[in-house]
Amino acid sequence: MSQELLDLIVEKFNTLHGEESIVESKLNFGKPMVILGTEKWDLATAKLLHDDEQLQFDFLTCVTGVDYEEHMEVIYNFYSTTLDQYLYVKVNTSREEPTVMSAEPIWKSADYMERETFDLLGIDFPGHWRLKRILLEDDWEGYPLRKDYITDKKALGLD
Amino acid sequence: MSELKTETMTLNMGPQHPSTHGVFRLQLKVDGETIKEAIPVMGYLHRGSEKLAERFLYSQFIPYTDRLDYLNAMTNNYVYCSAIEELLEWEVPERAEYLRVITMELNRIASHLVWWGTYLLDIGAMSPFLYAFRDRETILDRLNEISGARMTFNYHRIGGVKWDAPEGWIEKVQETVKELHTNIQEFDVLVTGNEIFQARTIGVGILSKEKVINWGLSGPIARGSGVAIDVRKTEPYSIYDRFDFDIPTREEGDVFARYKVRIAEMFESLKIIEQACEQIPEGDIITKKGKRLMMIKPPAGEVYRRAEASKGEIGVYAISNGKNKPYRIKLRRPSFVNVSILQDLLVGESIQNLVAIFGSLDVVLGEVDA
Amino acid sequence: MDYLMMFIYAVTVMGVLLGGVTFAILAERKVIGAIQLRNGPNRHGPWGLFQTIADVLKLLLKEDVIPAKADKPIFVLAPVLAFAPAFSVMAVLVYSSSIGGADLNIGVLYFLGVSSITMLGVLMGGWSSNNKYSLLGSIRGVAQMVSYELPLVLSIIGIIIMVGSLNLTDIVNYQASMGVWFIVPQFLGFVVYMISSIAELNRSPFDLPEAESELVGGFFTEYSGFRFAMFMLAEYTYAIAIAGLATILFLGGWLGPAFLPGIVWFMLKVVGVMFIWFWLTATLPRARVDQLMNFGWKVLIPIALLNIVITAIIKVWMG
Repeated sequence: MSQELLDLIVEKFNTLHGEESIVESKLNFGKPMVILGTEKWDLATAKLLHDDEQLQFDFLTCVTGVDYEEHMEVIYNFYSTTLDQYLYVKVNTSREEPTVMSAEPIWKSADYMERETFDLLGIDFPGHWRLKRILLEDDWEGYPLRKDYITDKKALGLD
Repeated sequence: MSELKTETMTLNMGPQHPSTHGVFRLQLKVDGETIKEAIPVMGYLHRGSEKLAERFLYSQFIPYTDRLDYLNAMTNNYVYCSAIEELLEWEVPERAEYLRVITMELNRIASHLVWWGTYLLDIGAMSPFLYAFRDRETILDRLNEISGARMTFNYHRIGGVKWDAPEGWIEKVQETVKELHTNIQEFDVLVTGNEIFQARTIGVGILSKEKVINWGLSGPIARGSGVAIDVRKTEPYSIYDRFDFDIPTREEGDVFARYKVRIAEMFESLKIIEQACEQIPEGDIITKKGKRLMMIKPPAGEVYRRAEASKGEIGVYAISNGKNKPYRIKLRRPSFVNVSILQDLLVGESIQNLVAIFGSLDVVLGEVDA
Repeated sequence: MDYLMMFIYAVTVMGVLLGGVTFAILAERKVIGAIQLRNGPNRHGPWGLFQTIADVLKLLLKEDVIPAKADKPIFVLAPVLAFAPAFSVMAVLVYSSSIGGADLNIGVLYFLGVSSITMLGVLMGGWSSNNKYSLLGSIRGVAQMVSYELPLVLSIIGIIIMVGSLNLTDIVNYQASMGVWFIVPQFLGFVVYMISSIAELNRSPFDLPEAESELVGGFFTEYSGFRFAMFMLAEYTYAIAIAGLATILFLGGWLGPAFLPGIVWFMLKVVGVMFIWFWLTATLPRARVDQLMNFGWKVLIPIALLNIVITAIIKVWMG
């Protein structure tokens, strides 16, 4: 079931972007996962996931940003309320200029979660309607969840 | 007569305000009492939980999950532990799973009771709050007996639970369940039919099905709008597939529907606890490997685990790089996602409806701010 | 000599009133406590009897805070203006056949006229605080009090038609001669009076002007110390006055079996009326502004008018 879904998604992506649009596809703990480059993650792909008859991923559950030291990643967890299926989409981006297209125009639930990812990891989401810091103060320096972030206790008044 | 000139006024509701249930701020643009724009401002309670997770051993992060949604800490414990278990591919002993389910469901009722009390307080009825807290206290007593804490339990462990149920605890829980059954029924009779209460809630803050799905809302809010997503049913975790229970849903999508869903859910939870108390087997409460906390080293990999908390779907995205500390823990907090709907839902409502709507989302700020 | 008597009477009423308010607050807390499965105040004195006194002492000793941006003269005047009319109406209340203040021919009119000034205190307090919550609270308060003043007055007119006098003593004597209290022939009027009096007093479920879950403290958000105490005093004085008026108009004033003196009957009835308010406070959620207005204008006023029409027809028909 999951393997079939994975094959289907890979096929659809390939028809949209041409061959080798996907960096990697696999089953992760029984659920399909596709890994894309940031240039392949665009509105058309998102619309495909949201609207396609056989996919219908209408519920964006979770947006996770990860700093892998040599590159950054944004992971979208989708769920389809109609077809009851799951999908991981990983979007790779460079560490120097991390940009990932915002999913906010299609899934409003990405609004806060992408803002949080921007806030804590400094990943830019072009297309987001109000990309501002959300948990930290507006004038906070640096992005705490990056691996090279140094907690300056003096500046925070903790030391 | 010429058109009356009016001016909008900016009203900062919070961070210190009786109805924001914590430190939450709403920047409102109001025209008289009508809201023209609402911008939620949060982060006053941000403790950097996700960053902290990277500095601790796997088992050391469990107490921090208690502090997310402190009204429903058991599910937070559970979802974190189960994510790590999935990475480790461990089996959890039967008895531990039953204890987990009983504690989680008890905690869900406690959380809904707090909501019930505080919500009516928001609407202006004082007494229900004290009634709800009386019964919540019995539940917290039970949880205290098994975990040693009233709210921040730190009870679930990777691979099981910390303590076995003390002598006679299961029977006590069964007593409590009976008591709660009559009491919650009484609450329902006391409040639900009240004319003023219905006038305040029916038809207020309506959320359509499409909106719920698109904004990623979950839990009783989604089910109040007819979206029957409950992780306990859609993707049964732990041993929820062994119990017979329903997912209460309502089609109206207003504040009253959310209220009814929560009341019905408490009865469903009671049903689950009753069954679990009857079926619970003897046996171990934690796997052998789970006792050696320093040695918990999941193989490199990543997983997203979900569970149904009282506020909605709570999730943990755990990434391991094979060391004894997590590489990255992402917490999907239901309140954080649910609160985002406010900017859309509040426009055009009055300040009085704001309180009724905001309360109906059942937001816990510890969870919003992580 | 007359002036001296008048002065002594006023001071006595004031003293009794302060005591009454003190224990009304205690009673409210005790009643609500009992309804809410708790004891209520029980630390100061036996059965918590001195709780309110301790509260008042605390309030009097507190720093007198006036917000920097507040309109100072109005801010200072508001609590006084809220209290003064509430106390002035006491002048016309008759407590028993022999104890009473001014035996005014237009007692009811005086009562209603003067009591509507309390509204001014609410408006001034909310406006001068220069606080947005206070402003919203006072807007709500004034809108509500203006709207509910009407049904309150209209509900009484039925009685005035029957008695043919505005004098409070006459009204009680009429009830004595009729042999039945006005609550029976004027039941509609009584219901309207009770509901609109709750709104007049800003009590739950119509406590919108001070809705603490929405507007923090409503129009007295910025008040503290003895000015706040003054507002509380005004509120409870006015409550006692309205309960007193209800007793005289609908419940036969001091009338009652002879084993107790009239004034005791009067007080018991006042306590009874106030108990109903406390009971409602502990039971009901708060109504919404638009619902409150609709209820006042579309339900209460027509009922009150209907009551007048029926009373007038019966009066003419009976001759």
